[in-house]
Amino acid sequence: MKRILDKIGGDALYFLNQAGLLTIFLFTTLQRMVMPPYRLFPVVKQIHFIGARSMLVILVAGTFTGMVIALQFYNTLVRFGSVNLLGSAVGISLIREMGPVLTALMVIGRAGSAICAEIGIMRSDEQIDALECMAIDPYRYLIAPKIIAGVISLPVLTFIFIFIGIMGGYLVGVLIFGVGEGAYFQGMYDGVLWSDIQMGLVKSLVFGLIIVWIASAKGFLLHLDRSGAYGAEGVSRITTNAVVLSSIAILFADYLISALMHEPGMAS
Amino acid sequence: MNPTSNPPVIEINNLVAGYGGREILHGVNLTVNEGEIFVIMGGSGSGKTTLLRHILGLNTPTSGSVSVLGKNITHASRKELYELRKQFGVAFQSGALFGSMTVGENVQLPLREHSRLDDATIGIMTRMKLEMLNLAGFEDLMPSELSGGMLKRAGLARAVIMDPKLLFFDEPSAGLDPIVSAALDESILMLREAMRMSIVVVTHELESAFRIADRIMILFQGSVAITGTPEEVRNCDDERVQDFLNRRSVEEQLEPDEYLRRLTGHIQ
Repeated sequence: MKRILDKIGGDALYFLNQAGLLTIFLFTTLQRMVMPPYRLFPVVKQIHFIGARSMLVILVAGTFTGMVIALQFYNTLVRFGSVNLLGSAVGISLIREMGPVLTALMVIGRAGSAICAEIGIMRSDEQIDALECMAIDPYRYLIAPKIIAGVISLPVLTFIFIFIGIMGGYLVGVLIFGVGEGAYFQGMYDGVLWSDIQMGLVKSLVFGLIIVWIASAKGFLLHLDRSGAYGAEGVSRITTNAVVLSSIAILFADYLISALMHEPGMAS
Repeated sequence: MNPTSNPPVIEINNLVAGYGGREILHGVNLTVNEGEIFVIMGGSGSGKTTLLRHILGLNTPTSGSVSVLGKNITHASRKELYELRKQFGVAFQSGALFGSMTVGENVQLPLREHSRLDDATIGIMTRMKLEMLNLAGFEDLMPSELSGGMLKRAGLARAVIMDPKLLFFDEPSAGLDPIVSAALDESILMLREAMRMSIVVVTHELESAFRIADRIMILFQGSVAITGTPEEVRNCDDERVQDFLNRRSVEEQLEPDEYLRRLTGHIQ
């Protein structure tokens, strides 16, 4: 019994400690981010890595997500004779939920894990200590460009995901099932509200921050990990950890933002 | 001029330090004088790397004081530490070069961050330092294309690119064959002559230490066993020092009760 309590207590303390470290890491980065010198090139390089190089996976995922949403909604709506609502159903689900969440999960898998492993190896290989010893702030030099790039890239990738998803829905709904092209787009135009777009935008901005924050923090704090494992094993462990934690954080933040931005009695 | 009589550049008084409640250094005192090559020696786990990290201001001590170039760094702010670190160079055990940059870009990083020199001047200074360390022509290679000895020399070139007053070198000989190791020792002696810097070397290689040192300090389980000239160290009658110099392993002496307690799993 004592052992179980010890374990629960130890886990609770570890969780609180990690939460504290991650929060301090975020605020330190945000604070150092506003300090000069400001350099554009590292941010552009990171936008290329997080954003541009995630394009293919976003295009594929977006197409199939749009297609499957259209397929499922069509099967339901056709029973009630309301297929003209297909456009609005596809649009709203993609803009409010599927677009931001699936884009974020794709970026976690592609860029989040790579960021965590890269920074973890830098910590393990004394490169972060080397930066400190060269009087180069690792938060400003290493982390800030990635955070800025994440917050810029995610909304753009989400927009692309949604656009291509709507086109995937068009392919299934209009070209395969024969829903009218006008009904599809007019339904979307009528059904999607400005508040839906706002919600999608807020989510993608917050998700961009969460992904890069957790991935970088886990790598940066490798030496403080409970397992004490350094090197290859430590990096692989914290990378898995970062992917799981950021995925959960995205789903939690998704619910939180949806609940906070929810307008009671809204038609959609 | 005998460097051991020059004014001090590093002064450590009664340094007590450790990790997570475990004390590693038990009241270490040390003085490094200007222009001196000071070697910190000791077996694995003796606390030499911990001592170096405290001199570099990477760790905070439990008690005691560390002064570097006349500045007490124990309670220095981040800004003060960074200003101080611009005056010293650190060569890490693994080189700690950034894998995404070429050798040349790695070496010139401190200049790019801390000076307003134009590209041409930075290029010339980089090539000068690489030439000095027999790395001419390697500036466009990536660190992954270099051998272990070349990585250390590239790390050393980066450490001296700002012409520091004080140079730290962590384990210059570790993992190198005797010829490459001897060449690196020559580089250290040459740097002292050419640039008149004070150099602190952390190593466990006896041959290398006696070849380059003006003074040697031997750490034993977190305490100073002796500090003196190579001659004084050689003639020291402390059994621990002689065991270390003659590569004799020291068996831990345990009381029978303590031995029994360990076997039964009640280690304090």
